[in-house]
Amino acid sequence: MNFLFNLGLVVVLAILLAAWVVLPWQAVLVLVLVFACWMLFTRRGRQAGSVTMVGVSTLRQRLGSSSVVIIGIAGVVGVLVALLAMGEGYAETLRKTGSADTAIVMRGGSASEVMSVMDRDSVVVVPQAPGIARDAQGKPIASPEIVVAANLPVKGGGPDDEGSVQLRGVSDEAWAVRPNLKIIAGRKFTPGMRELVVGQGAQHQFAGLEPGHEITLGNQVWTVVGVFASNDALDSEIWGDADTVASTYRRGSSRASVTVKLTSPQAYDAFKTALASDPRLKVDTDTTVDYFSKQSEGMSKVMRIMGITVGAIMAIGAIFGALNTMFAAVATRAREIATLRAIGFRGVPVVVAIMLETMLLALIGGLLGGLIAWLIFNGYTASTMAAGTVGQLTFAFKVSPELLWQGLKWALAIGFVGGLFPAVRAARLPVTTALREL
Amino acid sequence: MKYFHLIWAALFRRKTRTILTIISIVAAFLLFGMLDAVRTSFDQAGQSANGARRLQTGSKLSFIQTLPQGLGSQIEHVTGVKSVAYANWFGGAYQDPHNQIFSFAVSDNYLDQYPEVEVSEATRKTFDSTQTGIIVGQMLADKYHWKVGDQIPLQSTIFPQRDGSKNWKFDIVGVMHAKDKSAGWYDQVILMHWKYFDEATPYNGGTVGWYVVSVNDANQADKVAKAIDALSANSDHETRTQTEAAASASWMKQLADIGLIVGSIMGAVFFTLLLLTGNTMMQAVRERTSELAVLKTIGFTNRAVLAMVLAESLLLVVIGGLIGIGLAALLIPGVSAGSGGLLNLPTVGLASWLLGIGLMLAIGLVVGMVPAWRAMRLNIVDALAGR
Repeated sequence: MNFLFNLGLVVVLAILLAAWVVLPWQAVLVLVLVFACWMLFTRRGRQAGSVTMVGVSTLRQRLGSSSVVIIGIAGVVGVLVALLAMGEGYAETLRKTGSADTAIVMRGGSASEVMSVMDRDSVVVVPQAPGIARDAQGKPIASPEIVVAANLPVKGGGPDDEGSVQLRGVSDEAWAVRPNLKIIAGRKFTPGMRELVVGQGAQHQFAGLEPGHEITLGNQVWTVVGVFASNDALDSEIWGDADTVASTYRRGSSRASVTVKLTSPQAYDAFKTALASDPRLKVDTDTTVDYFSKQSEGMSKVMRIMGITVGAIMAIGAIFGALNTMFAAVATRAREIATLRAIGFRGVPVVVAIMLETMLLALIGGLLGGLIAWLIFNGYTASTMAAGTVGQLTFAFKVSPELLWQGLKWALAIGFVGGLFPAVRAARLPVTTALREL
Repeated sequence: MKYFHLIWAALFRRKTRTILTIISIVAAFLLFGMLDAVRTSFDQAGQSANGARRLQTGSKLSFIQTLPQGLGSQIEHVTGVKSVAYANWFGGAYQDPHNQIFSFAVSDNYLDQYPEVEVSEATRKTFDSTQTGIIVGQMLADKYHWKVGDQIPLQSTIFPQRDGSKNWKFDIVGVMHAKDKSAGWYDQVILMHWKYFDEATPYNGGTVGWYVVSVNDANQADKVAKAIDALSANSDHETRTQTEAAASASWMKQLADIGLIVGSIMGAVFFTLLLLTGNTMMQAVRERTSELAVLKTIGFTNRAVLAMVLAESLLLVVIGGLIGIGLAALLIPGVSAGSGGLLNLPTVGLASWLLGIGLMLAIGLVVGMVPAWRAMRLNIVDALAGR
């Protein structure tokens, strides 16, 4: 009988938790309000309130075991939020790259820029399509670019420790199609010279990328003349003159892609159709925002799954830690609870009081964990070999309010489960047995 | 050992509490087992006896830059070189351009360089005689239900054929299987003929992506590598030669600093575990105060009581830990299979077991120290009087 009751409880719990995970914050707010009304305006609710006050006021005497619940849950939330923030930061960096009113044109069937090769003819034809914005001189704003990889020594690594960075060969229009990109130190490179400007992320990652320094690419010496910032994926690149890069990498007059500025986001469809129907071209067209979001999909999914798996296993550990603490708390207060019930308090207020106490501890733990994750990891930079590029992508962890909220929801769920079983036991224990105990 | 029964009884004095604590410990060590497997799979890449005998020669400029094919015969003449094979990146995708598959166009002797990859003699023969033949990795064959004799379409995301089409057709002539975990990713690779590839696409022009050089003596590898790089010094195709182990390590490092991530997660987990188990042990000793006093009264020395409490906490952590790592060992094959080739984790190795057991002992000792000390210092009279 007892076993069946507990089994039923577990099933109900599983359903509740599943519902809880998908619950939006508005619904949670409504729930909290309904609950608060119940507490304030019904007899049972007021009883529950006063029992809770007794429990909470004795918390200080159980500081050691209560802090186990808090710190256990803080650990779960901290790790969960940090791991999710990693995935979020990665996806965010790529999402921010590009905009709805710029389009990227690559050879058909190319999964990414570095795999694409467009011959000279295509590069000349693309800017003639309709829908492209024009500059003051009436020229279409279209930037043919070449993307290759370069090996550079890693900052703080050994002499043989080289990493790969994406080198983009560009012409003057590249700055026009990306107005968010600013030179923050030094100057732009001079066309025709072996000069480079480096993104601030790349500068952070690789050694010797300071303005005025010289670096070797293959057997050639290039001079770094400036640093640019764009706060997106381009930050991890280094840029040089397209023709000079092409000759270094023996690419002739071919280019990898053409990025164009459209007159408006609405002009995209016409632009795409025009290119698709042009018999001289075999190209794929995408808005830059779509192109970069697509690149991030796989990797951010992997990071998310990893975060949730690790978080779930830790949560199981924390649930049992909370159960342990609360069973002990209920056991030490068994006589007190039995007395309450003997003088007429019903089961529900007792259950609610113990659950509230656990959830309070869980809330503190969740807030603490979220705070720690935010303090340590918000803006923490990491890098990885990004899908679809040939260089390391530097990105910052992003502890967003949504992630903190998600962490808090996990914390409350752990507290709920950890409090439920001890609460039910306390409420179901026959009064006489409990009074005789101890 | 003769007190084992006593320790066991003390441990399970409060069954619920002990079992709940053990489950928490199991969860922590389950996580440890799985994360350590991820870490080792990163560390192990290319770290094998065969890997140390192989050098990879690629362009110094970057890994996407190609090298002339003629360089191969020059490398063969370098002292210490046993044989030279080469390969090129094909950039194949199956069904959807985003569903990329590792696919290489390789020289005829490429597979000879990888004795740890198992390919039957018959397969090698058919491969050599079939121009459009490919050998596919075991895992790919299982995933896409490919059979020997099937003709499959592959899109190259880099190389169009002479008619401009990027849809290539290949005949599966056999399946390869990695005998050794360190070569495990060959289970997810497609190999095709470099000669056919080079003739069929106008874009390659007789170039090679990288050379795989095996050396006679692994200890000479660095010297040979330097000699190979010297061949093309100051040319327009300078090379960079590394042992396979060094090359994979540098790749993995660029992918992610897994050691740091795993380390910080485990740090958080074990810190929490310390508190949790410590709390359990404190409670256990506190409520047994009078029993411990009785033990002392009937003649157990202070040291014996200290040892017994320590043993109890060690036992608690070790039971949970062993179950946890054992569970990880059971679950990992399932995770690898479930991820559809995304993750290829090795089972929990001896090193992980040892590290895990070391951690269990350390945690058990740290956790038991304070309660054990308290039990040892217990004054019989005070304890019995309940003061």
